[in-house]
Amino acid sequence: MLERMIWTLRHRGPDGFGLYQDQRAGLAHARLSIIDLEGGWQPIHNEDRTLWIVFNGEIFNYPELRRQLIDSGHRFATRSDTEVIVHLYEEKGERCLEDLNGQFAMALYDSRARSLFLARDRMGIRPLFYTLHDHRLFFASEIKAILAADPAIERAIDPAVLQEIFTFWSASGEQTVFRGIRQVEPGCWLRLDASGTIRQQRYWEIPFRPDSFADASEDRLAAELRDLLVDAVRLRLRADVPVGAYLSGGLDSSAITSLVHHYTDNDLKTFSVTFSDQVYDEREEQQEMSAFLQTDHHEIRCSHAAIGQAFPRVIRHAETPILRTAPAPLFLLSSLVRENDYKVVLTGEGADEILGGYDIFKEAKVRAFIAARPDSSCRPFLLKRLYPYLALSPARSAEYARRFFDTGASLDDPFYAHRPRWKTTAGTHVFLRDEVLAAAGCSPVEQLEQRWAGRLRGLDYFSRAQFLESRLLLGNYLLSSQGDRMGMAHSIEGRFPFLDHRVVEFACTIPPRLRMKALNEKNILKKAMADILPPAIVRRKKQPYMAPDIPSFFGTQTPEYVSYHLSEEKLMESGLFKPAAVHRLLAKCRKKSRQGFRENMAFVGILSTQILYETFVRNFQADTPAPLPGKRIVISKENERECLKS
Amino acid sequence: MSEIVTTIRKFIFDNFLFDAAEDELGNDDSFLEQGIIDSTGVLELVEWLEETFNISVDDEELIPENLDSVNRLAAYVAGKTS
Repeated sequence: MLERMIWTLRHRGPDGFGLYQDQRAGLAHARLSIIDLEGGWQPIHNEDRTLWIVFNGEIFNYPELRRQLIDSGHRFATRSDTEVIVHLYEEKGERCLEDLNGQFAMALYDSRARSLFLARDRMGIRPLFYTLHDHRLFFASEIKAILAADPAIERAIDPAVLQEIFTFWSASGEQTVFRGIRQVEPGCWLRLDASGTIRQQRYWEIPFRPDSFADASEDRLAAELRDLLVDAVRLRLRADVPVGAYLSGGLDSSAITSLVHHYTDNDLKTFSVTFSDQVYDEREEQQEMSAFLQTDHHEIRCSHAAIGQAFPRVIRHAETPILRTAPAPLFLLSSLVRENDYKVVLTGEGADEILGGYDIFKEAKVRAFIAARPDSSCRPFLLKRLYPYLALSPARSAEYARRFFDTGASLDDPFYAHRPRWKTTAGTHVFLRDEVLAAAGCSPVEQLEQRWAGRLRGLDYFSRAQFLESRLLLGNYLLSSQGDRMGMAHSIEGRFPFLDHRVVEFACTIPPRLRMKALNEKNILKKAMADILPPAIVRRKKQPYMAPDIPSFFGTQTPEYVSYHLSEEKLMESGLFKPAAVHRLLAKCRKKSRQGFRENMAFVGILSTQILYETFVRNFQADTPAPLPGKRIVISKENERECLKS
Repeated sequence: MSEIVTTIRKFIFDNFLFDAAEDELGNDDSFLEQGIIDSTGVLELVEWLEETFNISVDDEELIPENLDSVNRLAAYVAGKTS
């Protein structure tokens, strides 16, 4: 069973496999060798072989922790970051997580206490899922490994979570779209003890607090942010393999790339996606930045057809319905990195959430400004400054924009910023069957309100919007569907300096009015980076990363799988969508006219759900494992017998 | 005028009423209030109006009084083409 499970994850770690098994527990690991290439094989154990770990990710401050632990008397068998956790756990138990600067999912098995400890990094960079079945707990980095463990594990779409995804773009909590399969949430740990009791706890939360704003000048804040980012980048270049960088052409990835250039002696390879569709293309800015820093630059050109062609593989890796095709170009980009024999890239992910970059924050600010003087005839025209890059901008007409954005919500509403977006996305519910809509008993927004209203109380509307964007969109979509899954599809590890917890904690202390000064997004970051970036990159209006949605499937040829998955028979089989409504949407898509938000999100969401259903619910078959290359097995029967193979 | 109404009704039905029968759409039903068209859908509607009736819709004319029901649209088109 362990071999079958780990074989499904071989794309995450093709460099070798390790297994541990005793009478109560089994651990398996697929290795992507990045640190301690010779010695870092897993599972790794403590001095007396009573504590075993499998670990996915990186602990960036491991050399410092290692020195402290050696000083405390611990003996190390390897140079790897993973072994540091084992000894630190011996010292501090679950509080070891507080000392880790990294991105990780881990499982620690204590064979004496007969307990299992699962934990995940603060922001949710590396995934970790689990389910309970037949009095056993199964866990893995991807859901497909859990499904491969035992054919009797339930394989079904959870309609309530599907409705959430068709509202927020992602699931909102620990539930996944697969009924009964949960994630360990970002910043949380879980312990299963010998009696079978499960205890879960949050050890870290994004620390937006109303009383925590720094009383410092913009220049001082910018200098402090710069120092933190320099150190966050320095730590993230720690690897025994070369580290590259993604370059989108925007401020965030340019800032990271420039920090690498200015503060390290790393010869930098950069990687970009370009689009044949000019609406989405940022090649000019990417070229400008790579020329400015003289990086060894590589790009992959992404056509509509390439997105359509890759889409089923993207869904197999993402393991969730998605409402945008934006992960697909990143799937193609990670293949380019792999072709260049790189395994690790730095990216600018996270800056928009923590430093105030998104249009949704700008939109909320404009709405609040208008609401303060509802009789003003001039203020509504500010809405026209929103979304200048959209062909069908909701702000082209000030009057329509006013009605669109006017949800009747007051500034005290915990979801003030997000209600217009969620209302637009919920327009896709017209395609969901009544049983799906009735499954949760109340709307996804009402459920979220019950869970999070208390946490958001007392915060200003700007911080509330940032918190929601960080926990929902960043944690459950950008870092997952667009980040980890698209990178690991080709064994590529992303590293995110903006998500160093010290940077996040500092960003939360920047007063909201300075995060976005007037309508100048990421104001402090721009000040922090102004002297090491081309002025045009700093001044450039933010262009969010997007990819063509419906047009990717209706070019000169429509991929055959589209008709297959959206046929009446397949729609009836999944029982999630109204076939007649879907067919009317399909007819509209075939006309190739320009479509609005609702149609684009609905089409991509329905198609991805149908592919997911076919792949994992109706027709899932775990591959038969080939002999595992580089396999090391530890079979422990009360520590009497050990067998090591290579 | 009735020909314009018929053309508009057909367009709305074909493009925005995914889960309703054609006779469920009243000519005075508000597109915004009934959730038939959102603000990006309005711009799709405008592109169609310009192409179908050979008119030009100015940004200042993008207001619900002109565009938010079948009858309002028909009156607006009639005014532009008269």
